[in-house]
Amino acid sequence: MADPMKIRAQLKGDVAEIRVLMGHAMETGQRKDAAGKTIPPHFIQSMTVEVGGKKVVDGQVGTSVSRNPVFGFKVKGAKAGDKVVVSWVDNKGDKRTDEVAVA
Amino acid sequence: MKYRIAFVAMLALVMQPASAQNKPATAKKGAKPPAAAPAEQKDAATLEFEKFRTQMEQEGNPAELFEVKGEEFWKTKRGPKNVSLAESCDLGLGIGVVKGAYVQMPRYFADAGKVMDAERRIVWCMVEKQGFKFDDLAKKPFASGEYTPEQTSLVTYVAGQSKDMKIAIPLKDPHVKDVYEIGKEIVAYRAGPYDFSCNTCHGADGKRIRMQNLPNITTAKGSLTAVLGWPGYRMTGGVMLTPQWRMGDCFRQQRFPQPKYASDTITALLTYMTANANGQMYKGLGIKR
Amino acid sequence: MLSALIAAGVLKPTAAYAAEWNKAAFEAHDTAGALKGIGAGAPADSKDLILKVPDIAENGAVVPVDVISNIPNTTSISILVEKNPSPLSASFDFANGALPEVSARLKMGQTSLVKAVAKADGKFYTAQKEVKVTVGGCGG
Repeated sequence: MADPMKIRAQLKGDVAEIRVLMGHAMETGQRKDAAGKTIPPHFIQSMTVEVGGKKVVDGQVGTSVSRNPVFGFKVKGAKAGDKVVVSWVDNKGDKRTDEVAVA
Repeated sequence: MKYRIAFVAMLALVMQPASAQNKPATAKKGAKPPAAAPAEQKDAATLEFEKFRTQMEQEGNPAELFEVKGEEFWKTKRGPKNVSLAESCDLGLGIGVVKGAYVQMPRYFADAGKVMDAERRIVWCMVEKQGFKFDDLAKKPFASGEYTPEQTSLVTYVAGQSKDMKIAIPLKDPHVKDVYEIGKEIVAYRAGPYDFSCNTCHGADGKRIRMQNLPNITTAKGSLTAVLGWPGYRMTGGVMLTPQWRMGDCFRQQRFPQPKYASDTITALLTYMTANANGQMYKGLGIKR
Repeated sequence: MLSALIAAGVLKPTAAYAAEWNKAAFEAHDTAGALKGIGAGAPADSKDLILKVPDIAENGAVVPVDVISNIPNTTSISILVEKNPSPLSASFDFANGALPEVSARLKMGQTSLVKAVAKADGKFYTAQKEVKVTVGGCGG
């Protein structure tokens, strides 16, 4: 199973600053292993961020996003305690959802 | 073969009390230390690297992912004895106390009769308290590819719990002081096919390897630079690596045989380097090139 | 097993996943193809689209990129690396209060232009900057 994400959501005024760390190999499909065999691609393809039950970010991602991806977003109108839910799904269908409250 | 012999000699040196040690080998011909540049004069690229590295450390360091795993390992009952480290392991401040422990290691542990750095102590606890086998832990002790050893995540967690605390290696403890002196001898010891010592690259200001500035670990400022950043998330390969790894890799770059995992040699080096940074702030988990 | 995961909150049947992955855009091997794939034929240069990247990256495996759009009604931002084998790196749609800005970290195979593309009121705008990628030393 995929490792948990680490999400931070901090309120600055009425803007929530959201930082998401994801544990993922983000394998490009272009690297070769020690035996010279191509390592198959394995990467996050899509991700969403919801705040207070509403989808705020709908993202699509390619192989050139760094291993163990880090993303930052800002959402206006968020309140302390609002639930931030982040989900991703990769090209093999693995998925992960984690949440945190805006602090 | 020459370097092997020299290294054996050095290990013998390490085993003796500091007072009984011979002077380090004298310089041989052909040694070319890296070209020195004026201290403190950082070029634009270096400043740019530092700026973005700091920004990434503050805004989200993938090291935090390993910190989370390490915390779980620390708190979960594990191993053949089914005990948690939280209920059995003393990092120097009492059983289970993690806050501030990292900046006070290496320190002397009476139960082990040794001075130990954080990783060595954690491994000791995993063996003595949880019943893991040392040889299993030492088989593949550092991260590569998708693999991260449990002790790496544990060190990451423990180090993160000393963020923004002052480095305070207990040098007043004669055990620690002895090991510090041994460390000082090791960093000055020249050997190997290039006749390098640690100090060849890390014993003066303003040295570099290609794009990388090299800290002068004989100074408080330089040793802090060296201590900060480890354990760190290494952009190359995207892996979490510990100070133990860093020391071993320095030996590799010196073209020395690598010291044994969790050995006296590495603890001595870390004691020397970390204690030289005493009184300064540890800023938490790093991001390295 | 699946129901246990759902109960544990690991898998949420309600989680809203993104629209189908834009294969044509992400697998395009040149910038023109990638731009076409996201529906942006010839985006106009805009000073209101701010792209923050290092002049020189310490490691091409992790290049931090920040994009902020000050163009009114921006609804999406995409990031491209011209000389990567597949230039399109990521694409984000914003709604319900999300500000049109994003930070991400990208892989770069070599020195290249990095391009941000924003969509606002159905039009596309762009800003670009070169990032030098060094092959670093040893150690670290």
